[in-house]
Amino acid sequence: MAADTAVARPGRPVWRSLLGSWDAAVLLALVVVIVVGSLTVDGVGNPRFYRFVVVEAIPIALIALPMTLVVVTGEIDLSVASVVGLTCAVMGQLWQLGVTSLPLLILVSLVLGCLLGGLNGLFVCVFGLPSLAVTIGTLALYRGLAYVVLGDRAVADYPVDWTRGMIAPIPGTVIPWFVLVVAVLAVLFGVLLHATPVGRALYAMGNNAQAAAYAGVAVLRTKFWLFVATGAVSALAGVFWTFRFASARADNATGLELSVVAAVLLGGVSIFGGRGGLVGVIAAVALLGTLRNALQLADVPANALTIVTGTLLIASVVGPNAVRAARGRLRRRPLAGRTPL
Amino acid sequence: MRITGVRAVATTVLAALALALGACADDGSDAGTGSGSGDAGNPTGTIKEGLKVAFLPKQVNNPYFDTSDNKGGKVAVEEFKGTYSQTGPSEASPSAQVSYINTLSQQQTDVIVVSANDKDAICGALTEAKSAGAKVVTYDSDTQPQCRDVFVNQATAEGIARSQVKLISDAVGPDGGEIAVLSATANATNQNAWIEMMKTELAKPEYAKLKLVATVYGDDQDEKSFQEAQGLLAKYPNLKGIISPTTVGVAAAARYLSGSSYKGRVQLTGLGTPNQMREYVKDGTVKAFALWNPADLGYLAAYAGGALASGIITGKQGETFTAGRLGQFTVGANGEIVLGDPFTFDASNIDQFDF
Repeated sequence: MAADTAVARPGRPVWRSLLGSWDAAVLLALVVVIVVGSLTVDGVGNPRFYRFVVVEAIPIALIALPMTLVVVTGEIDLSVASVVGLTCAVMGQLWQLGVTSLPLLILVSLVLGCLLGGLNGLFVCVFGLPSLAVTIGTLALYRGLAYVVLGDRAVADYPVDWTRGMIAPIPGTVIPWFVLVVAVLAVLFGVLLHATPVGRALYAMGNNAQAAAYAGVAVLRTKFWLFVATGAVSALAGVFWTFRFASARADNATGLELSVVAAVLLGGVSIFGGRGGLVGVIAAVALLGTLRNALQLADVPANALTIVTGTLLIASVVGPNAVRAARGRLRRRPLAGRTPL
Repeated sequence: MRITGVRAVATTVLAALALALGACADDGSDAGTGSGSGDAGNPTGTIKEGLKVAFLPKQVNNPYFDTSDNKGGKVAVEEFKGTYSQTGPSEASPSAQVSYINTLSQQQTDVIVVSANDKDAICGALTEAKSAGAKVVTYDSDTQPQCRDVFVNQATAEGIARSQVKLISDAVGPDGGEIAVLSATANATNQNAWIEMMKTELAKPEYAKLKLVATVYGDDQDEKSFQEAQGLLAKYPNLKGIISPTTVGVAAAARYLSGSSYKGRVQLTGLGTPNQMREYVKDGTVKAFALWNPADLGYLAAYAGGALASGIITGKQGETFTAGRLGQFTVGANGEIVLGDPFTFDASNIDQFDF
């Protein structure tokens, strides 16, 4: 029942299992990128560099948190970027209709996110459909609705206080304050995943949903709420996105789901569920963002950049699996076995 | 733990390799942008040497922007002995563009020449780049005026209308006749402005024999435009010419005409790209069509950037500067510099263009 992950393996000190884990490899790669980058590329490593990297990484980091939990259970949510887009569109339309209260806009967005996530959860957990198919469907559906709501217009006349405020630094630093929001959520999701019975249940259902169900885990209910949480956090990312770019458009964040899934997989979470942790995922978000910006500063063309990211991803998926196979420890599991409850 | 060690090393090597691949670090110790204190332009000045000019199109790997940047901007930057580069995202998204603007401002680029994917979303990043010392020129697609120094506009509504009406008049011949417009969407701001201008132009005495009988909308969809062209000819048997001031519409109408009995009898012109229109110009369906020359657009944008970074202009109305072979230009209202009338493509020159 114990998940084969560095952090959750019982009976060993956390620091010992962390050392030599995939998490450590990603962290090490991050350090190497920063060191090599600082030495060879002008501009890497100065405070502005970090600020740009952090501001860019915030939406990905946000959504990667619940996504990690979803993938650990053996599911996936590909509709997250469309939830961002639809949230942006609805916020834009409400603003144009005269809703000028910031708390109200944020509240409506979060409720909307819960509903959209809930719809995913409904299809997956109540109707028993595969999450991959469902969320590919809602990826298109939510993006389409965003265009219905806002068309090809852009709503951009938000108060400068809001738009500047969204990426304002913590006083005395260069770090945007919104990082604190990400940090709080990271701690919440981290504790949930790694230090509670619920977290252990997530790994259990990722490894074998049927066994988990027999062991008394409310598999479907838990997954449903994970989808709701993913929707809500994606909507929060939509709020951030709207003000960070001072522009609500239906096509906001198109393709962001791939960056999120890339970070989650590179962070060592198994796409088949049951394995991985948040430390690795957060390190992977930082690694991808830093690498991308460093390469851009080194004038690497966009095409080469996507090749680098793609190669890293393949390595992250193939790497651990190959190693496990070599160790002869690859346990055959049914892929995302669905439990009739 | 041995094997995970190998894994870590592999990842590390990969990352290092990726960095090394592109690590052509420049020391960034450029001379800085001088215009500083002076508020007024200095029309007699010359463009400084060694300026770093970066073109940031809507997306890379786009033939239109490759022409404007690499065949126009690059030539201009080399003429005033600056350092040219083109960078940008592989997908035309505002957020990706912001990341590249941030990179350029960290690289202390003197001039950023950008075609905006969103007139608002890249504003913050451009403002920050400006405060870091960069001069910002928008071309092809503008941002909010306060976020850039000048906008190099490819053509005015007036210029487009004038050229379109002239082209259809020349093609139809001195006897004139009925003409129609095949537009994009019914609420496209620029299309409607052009059509209004065309009507003004058609009211002139020299076009008295041309009669605009219909305006139809192909919604910038190939099939719809094709059907609308078909419908026009069914409804107006005496139609002599079609103006389609949109690249999708003109190509679809040309495809319809070239395969119909109307080929050569009904004239077509519009705004199109040489690659789309080449076969229809060669088979005689279309005599001539127009678009701005993207290479000239990039060339002018580079010179405008050079002039800004050298203090020759500041972006105020009425300032003048010389843009190499294109001659002298004046900054208009809202910091706009207009390239000029659209460029006419016909059988004699179309093979010189690839976009």
